[in-house]
Amino acid sequence: MHPAYSVIFFTVLSGAGFGFLSLLSVSDIVQRSLHSEFKLLCYGFGFVLATVGLFASMLHLRRPERAWRAFSQWRSSWLSREGVLAVAALAAAFLHAAFALVYGAYPVLTAIPVLLLSLATVYATGMIYAQLKTVARWNSKWTPTCFLGFSIAGGALLYATATSMAPQVQFSAGYPLYAMLALAAAWAAKSIWWKRGDSAKRISSAESATGLGGIGSVRLMESPHSGASYLTREMGYRVARKHARKLRMLAVLAGCAAPIALVFASIFVPGAVFWLSLASLSFFAGSIVERWLFFAESEHAMTAYY
Amino acid sequence: MTSLPESVDSKLGLVIDLDTCVGCHACVINCKEWNTGGYGSALSDGDAYGSDPLGAFLNRIHTYEVAGDSERSQIVHFPKSCLHCDDAPCVTVCPTGASFKRSEDGIVLVEENWCIGCGLCAWACPYGAREMDPGEGVMKKCTLCVDRIYNENLPEEDREPACVRACPANARHFGDLGDPESDVSRLVAERSGYDLMPEQGTRPVNKYLPPRPRRESDGISLDGLAEAERTGSDGFFGWLDRALERLG
Repeated sequence: MHPAYSVIFFTVLSGAGFGFLSLLSVSDIVQRSLHSEFKLLCYGFGFVLATVGLFASMLHLRRPERAWRAFSQWRSSWLSREGVLAVAALAAAFLHAAFALVYGAYPVLTAIPVLLLSLATVYATGMIYAQLKTVARWNSKWTPTCFLGFSIAGGALLYATATSMAPQVQFSAGYPLYAMLALAAAWAAKSIWWKRGDSAKRISSAESATGLGGIGSVRLMESPHSGASYLTREMGYRVARKHARKLRMLAVLAGCAAPIALVFASIFVPGAVFWLSLASLSFFAGSIVERWLFFAESEHAMTAYY
Repeated sequence: MTSLPESVDSKLGLVIDLDTCVGCHACVINCKEWNTGGYGSALSDGDAYGSDPLGAFLNRIHTYEVAGDSERSQIVHFPKSCLHCDDAPCVTVCPTGASFKRSEDGIVLVEENWCIGCGLCAWACPYGAREMDPGEGVMKKCTLCVDRIYNENLPEEDREPACVRACPANARHFGDLGDPESDVSRLVAERSGYDLMPEQGTRPVNKYLPPRPRRESDGISLDGLAEAERTGSDGFFGWLDRALERLG
């Protein structure tokens, strides 16, 4: 599948944004408050991150001026559900933060919708891919699990970074530890996803695609078009697939090993803000490679015709 | 609207005979021609006269070599267009309602004015039957020539899809596959017509008729020709052949 930058940045940025918003709301639900005004800044950052991601996704559309129509089919379409949930989650976060701004308190009652809607949005993003029977690698419950895992890991890293920056708050090892756990969980899910994907049999073959398997093995002799087509560019993407192993190593190194080491350093070495910021940046770089592979490594059933 | 209809009154579709298709691509060209001027925006091409042309087509012909038990493999020309599936996954994934299946005749269409060009329907289709229009930025697909088949301005014999009308080998048939008494349904029953990729669970309406089994007497043997070449011939070329032979 063609790895479009717009969709890679959208899923990584929005995922982290909604993950951050959901963990901020958890901290409000358990009444573990950061400095009130600083927390408002955090909500703002999460909001902007998620929104920038959503705008990046619009670059993927060929007719973005009609994007509003995508809110209409939530009864049947995961893409539509994602749009509706994303706007609802952002509205809930805005309401929650606005209440805090006016009354100086973060009520549990308005924090719960932020948590639920943020996670539901990320789940819906994962389901857009997981629902597709045509892409064997994606067609699994582990796909939304990975999206949720990466969202929460990114959010936890940002939250730990925020606690290290927050004024009038004693930095403790607790949040970095949570972030390390979330990172480990996300990458554990991802390794299961990779393992499953590598052995996932494509359910369609040239024989079933043409129905000629009863006669013998089927080989394309003449392509329907001498050049490229939308189909071969979008679904038949093969560039750099041979480097998949190396890129996976790079993704794990930048997205998992380095951030865990840096978070570990933040507990013991002075300068937690620096270590945790670096850990977050490294995680996002690794996530971008991981997301690129998510598309580039996946094969579409349609390629059986070629 | 992106939910599938609970029932359809008829199931219009195509039956494609892989035994008679000669792979001439006439259906591809007539489809392109009709749909450039018909339903929706023109079916455009990008960089049509440049070095990297990229055009949208609703119908394409693949040619396969099928290697069976016999020594000779078989060539099968394979036309492919939208199969107007009963369980069309391209319809339910659409976020805008632009992609829909008609309850009256089962045709799957795109309302181009609603399409945002996200491309998810093309990802959901296992057949590669949908292509993004490079000029208009909306998804294109076979309409079963909805603007021909009901068009009373056309002579009656033209009220069938452009691909069917163009086929010189009569390899394409159009009709109601929901009616077991229709010509196309009978053809499917007689010739054991089948579904493409049944494992994808799309329940396609279009059916394919398999190539008839080949007889051993089919085709000519080239052995005799080679023999004639070896023994040489008379006349000027025979003399030339021998003269050149002598030159070493």
